[in-house]
Amino acid sequence: MNAVATARAAYDCIVIGGGHNGLACAAYLARAGRSVLVLEAADRLGGAALTREFAPGFRVSAGAHLLHQMPARLIEELALEKHGLRWAAQSLPTAALAPDGAALLLSGSGPESIEGPVDREDTEGYARFMALMQRFAAVMNPMLEAVPPRLGTERWADRLSLMRLGWRIRRLGRRDMRELLRIAGMNVYDLLKEHFRSPLLQGALGFDAVLGTNFGPRAPGTVMTLLYRLAAQHGAGARALALPAGGLGAVADALAGAARAAGAEIRLTAPVARVTVAADRACGVTLQSGESIAARAVVSSADPQTSFLGLVGSEHLDTAFVRRVHHLRTRGLAAKLHLALDGLPKFSGLPAAAHGARLLIAPSLDYVEHAYNHSKYGAHSAAPALEITMPTLSDPGLAPTGKHVLSAIVQYAPYELTGGWAGQHEAFAQQLIDQLERHAPGLRSLVRERELLTPPDMEREFRISGGHWHHVDLALDQFYAVRPVPGATQHRTPLPGFYLCGAGCHPGGGVMGIAGRNAARQIIAGEPAQ
Amino acid sequence: MSDSAGTAPHYTRPLLPTPFHERARALSQVDSFVPWAGYTTVDVFTNAGQEYFAIRNACSVYDLTPMVKYRIAGPDAGRYLNRLVTRDLRKLRVNRVSYCVWCNDAGNIIDDGTVFRLGETEYRLCTAERQLDWLLDSAIGFDVQLSEVTEEIAALALQGPTSCAVLKKLGVTGIERLKPFEFSCFDATGMRLMISRTGFTGDLGYELWADPRQANQLWDALMTAGRSRGIRAIGSRALNMARIEAGFLMPNIDFVSAEGTVRVGTSRSPLELGLGWLVDFDKGHFTGRRALQEQMRQGLQRQLIGLDIAGNKPAANALLYADRKGQREIGSVTSAMWSPTCKRNIALAMVDAPHFAMGTTMWAEVYLSRELVWERRMCKAQVVDKPFFAPERRRVTPPGDF
Repeated sequence: MNAVATARAAYDCIVIGGGHNGLACAAYLARAGRSVLVLEAADRLGGAALTREFAPGFRVSAGAHLLHQMPARLIEELALEKHGLRWAAQSLPTAALAPDGAALLLSGSGPESIEGPVDREDTEGYARFMALMQRFAAVMNPMLEAVPPRLGTERWADRLSLMRLGWRIRRLGRRDMRELLRIAGMNVYDLLKEHFRSPLLQGALGFDAVLGTNFGPRAPGTVMTLLYRLAAQHGAGARALALPAGGLGAVADALAGAARAAGAEIRLTAPVARVTVAADRACGVTLQSGESIAARAVVSSADPQTSFLGLVGSEHLDTAFVRRVHHLRTRGLAAKLHLALDGLPKFSGLPAAAHGARLLIAPSLDYVEHAYNHSKYGAHSAAPALEITMPTLSDPGLAPTGKHVLSAIVQYAPYELTGGWAGQHEAFAQQLIDQLERHAPGLRSLVRERELLTPPDMEREFRISGGHWHHVDLALDQFYAVRPVPGATQHRTPLPGFYLCGAGCHPGGGVMGIAGRNAARQIIAGEPAQ
Repeated sequence: MSDSAGTAPHYTRPLLPTPFHERARALSQVDSFVPWAGYTTVDVFTNAGQEYFAIRNACSVYDLTPMVKYRIAGPDAGRYLNRLVTRDLRKLRVNRVSYCVWCNDAGNIIDDGTVFRLGETEYRLCTAERQLDWLLDSAIGFDVQLSEVTEEIAALALQGPTSCAVLKKLGVTGIERLKPFEFSCFDATGMRLMISRTGFTGDLGYELWADPRQANQLWDALMTAGRSRGIRAIGSRALNMARIEAGFLMPNIDFVSAEGTVRVGTSRSPLELGLGWLVDFDKGHFTGRRALQEQMRQGLQRQLIGLDIAGNKPAANALLYADRKGQREIGSVTSAMWSPTCKRNIALAMVDAPHFAMGTTMWAEVYLSRELVWERRMCKAQVVDKPFFAPERRRVTPPGDF
C-alpha cells in the first residue's frame, strides 16, 4: 500500500479537516495555484458549521447556528454567493426575554436602537455605549483579520504590526483611548453596571460577552471578549447575525464549491491517523485506513491538541512546547439543544413578529453569573442562560410544512461534569424544556423530538478535543499574539511544513474563516510553489 | 532513609544523612560536611590533597548516594529517553551506560547525567539536580512510568588504579572483564551489587549500587579488602580536583541549568560547552534540536575550553583578556586548579569567539593574597586540549594489577 501511495503524485498541500476554516484555507491555496487535497474524517463537510437532520424531516445547524462574524471580504473574495450561499435572514434583531413582562428588542443593524421596558436614560445610554463600542470594534477589527505579530522578535514586519495597532488606538483620540485602555482588561459586569440600570439590558449584553467562553460576566477579560465579538461583527457588516438559507451547512457547501472550482480535491470519510514526518519536515499524512499520501506541506484545521499531540506526536516536538499545548484550556462549556416542534411556540412578552429574532434568556448579569457558578464546581447551571433561534421562521425548508425547529446554545454545561454526563443528560434536557415552557407556555406539548449535545457529544461529533467551539478558550492569555501557544502563532509551527488553520489560531472560532484564509497566505509565502 | 529521619518533623532535619553517614562521621577528622541535594556529605575527611592522591595513585571511596536517580520504565522508555537527550540512545544496549546531556527548547543544557539501560524497557537516569517536573513534562505523549529512586539505592564510587584489584579481593568474580561504560550484577560477600565501570575522575574506577540496608556491610568490606591497596575515603573537594583534570563539567560551576537561569544569555548549549560530540542530529527529533541546528548555522559565539596558564597560582574565577593590558575582555574561568599530576596550572574557561580556537593565547587576571596583601597578575594562558589527564588505564580491559 505504501509503495502505491508514494508512487502517486504528491500534493502541494494537504488540508486536514473539511470544516469552514479547512475549506477556506483550501480554497485560497487552490486559487493561488497550489494542488490541494482536503481530508475530512466525517462523511460530510462543515465540521461544526453543518446542517443535519436530527429528527425525521427536521434539519438544524447542529454546531454554530448563526453566522455573525464571517467577513464580507471573505464572502466576496471566494464568491460564496456565486457558489450557492443564500440568505434566509440578515441583521437579525435580538430579543432579551423577561421572566415576566415584555421582552427587550435590540436592533440588529443600523443605528443602535432599543424597544421595550427600559427608561429613557438607558435608551440613550445604549446608543452612546454601542457607538463607543463600535469605535473600539473598528480599531480591533483589522487586528482580527490580520496575522498577529510575534512578540520579542527583531523582525520589522512584527514591529510594524504592533506599531499599527498602537497607532490605531492612539488615533481614537485621548478620551476614547483612555477609556479603551481602562476597560480592556476589565470585567463586563462592572462596565455594564456603570452604563445601564435595566437588568434585562445588562444581562443581554453581558451574556454576549461570555457566550462561548469559560467565563462568567464578573471574570476579568470579559470586556475584551465582548469587544472581540463586536469587532468580528463589525467585519461582517450588514450580514452580522445572519441565517444562511439551508443552515450553516450552506456556508460549508459554498466554501467547498469555491475550493473545488479552484481545483482543490476533497475526500470524505478519510480520517487522518498521523502526520508523516521525515528529515524534520511534515511530508504527508497516513490515514486511519493505512493509506499514505505525500504532500509538500500539511495544514491542520483540527484543534491544537489534536494537531500536535495526536497527529504529529510529542516525539517530533520539544518538551516545553508540548507542555504549553497540553496545558491549553480547551474545555467547552456550551451545550446545544435542538427541538423538533409540531407548531410555533409563543414566547410570552414577545411580539409575534419578533419570534424570528435571536432570543436570549439572560435576564440579568447576576442570573448569568449564577449560571456560571455551577460550572466552576463541575455542575451544570440550575438555570442556564440561552441563545435561541427558530430558523424555520425564515427558512421553512428546514422542517416539514407547518413544523418548526428550535435551536438553543445553553450555558453553562461543563465538559467535565461531576458524575459524568451519561446519567444526567436526560434530566438536563428535561430541565431545559421545563425552562422553555415557563417562557413559552405550551411549548412542551409541541415537542416531537429533541436532541441535546453536551461538550463531550460535540467532541465526538466534531472531533474537537474538549468540545469547545473556539477549540481553545478565548482569554487574554490565549489570544492574539500568543494564540494558541507561543511557538505556533502566525499559523506556523515548530515542525517545518506543518501549519495550523483552525479555530485554535487567531482569531478563534465563530465561523469566520479568517484563520483558514490567513493560514493559506502564510503557506503561500512560506512554501515555494512547485 | 525513613529510619534515620525518625518521627521528628522533617524541618528539624533539613539535611538527611546518607546510608554511609555513620561510617563517614567516624572517619571524619576535620568535621567538614557540606550539603548536596538534600543530604549532608563529606567535603574533606582529613586533607584534600592526600585524598586526591588516593584517587590517582591508589583507590578512593566516595559516597555518591545523593546523586539523583530516576527509574524510567515502560514500552516507550527508549523512545522517551531518545527524545529527552541529545545523544543517540537507540544504540545503547542492555547493561551499558551512556553519558548524556539534555536541553530545553532553546537548546540550552538543563543537566548532564548517565543513562543505565537496565532492561529492554527499563532505564535508570542519574542526574546532579532534581528535575522530575521536566522529566514528567517530557513524558506527555509517551507510555512511560517515572519515579525517583534516589533513596532506594546506596551508591559508592570506587576510583583509582587499584580499584579493580580491590574489587577482586572483595570477591567480585569477573570484575576485570567489565569494560568502560558497562555494568553488571555481582554477588560478593553475601551482597548483591550492581557495579558499573563509570566515574567522575577520568581514571580507572567503578561505581557500586547497593541496597541501603547493606551500606555499612559494603563500606566495611571494601575498607578491609582495600587496606593493602591504599584505599581511602574521600570528600567532594578531592573529587573536584580529579574531575577538572578529567575535563568533566560541574553543574552550577561550569554552567547553570537552563531551567534555573533568570538572566538573558547565561544559559549554555552543549555546543558552547564543547559537548558537540554528544549531540546527534541524525537520530531523529530531540528537545532543543531545532535551536541547536540554528546555532550551528549561525556559528558559536562562545565556547568552553581548556586553558594552560603560566605560573602555579590557580586562576579561579579569573577574567580573561585578549591583551596583556586587560582592555579587551573575552571571557572568564569557570574551574581552575594546579594539577598535581600534570604539573600544570589548568582551567576550564568560557571564551568568546574567535578566541576559543586551539592554541590561542590570552591573559588571565589572577589575584594573589600574600598574607592578605593582594597582588594582581596578568598570566599568559593558552587554549589546550581536554582532558588534561587521561591515563590509558582508564580504558584497558582487563585493567592492570596496580
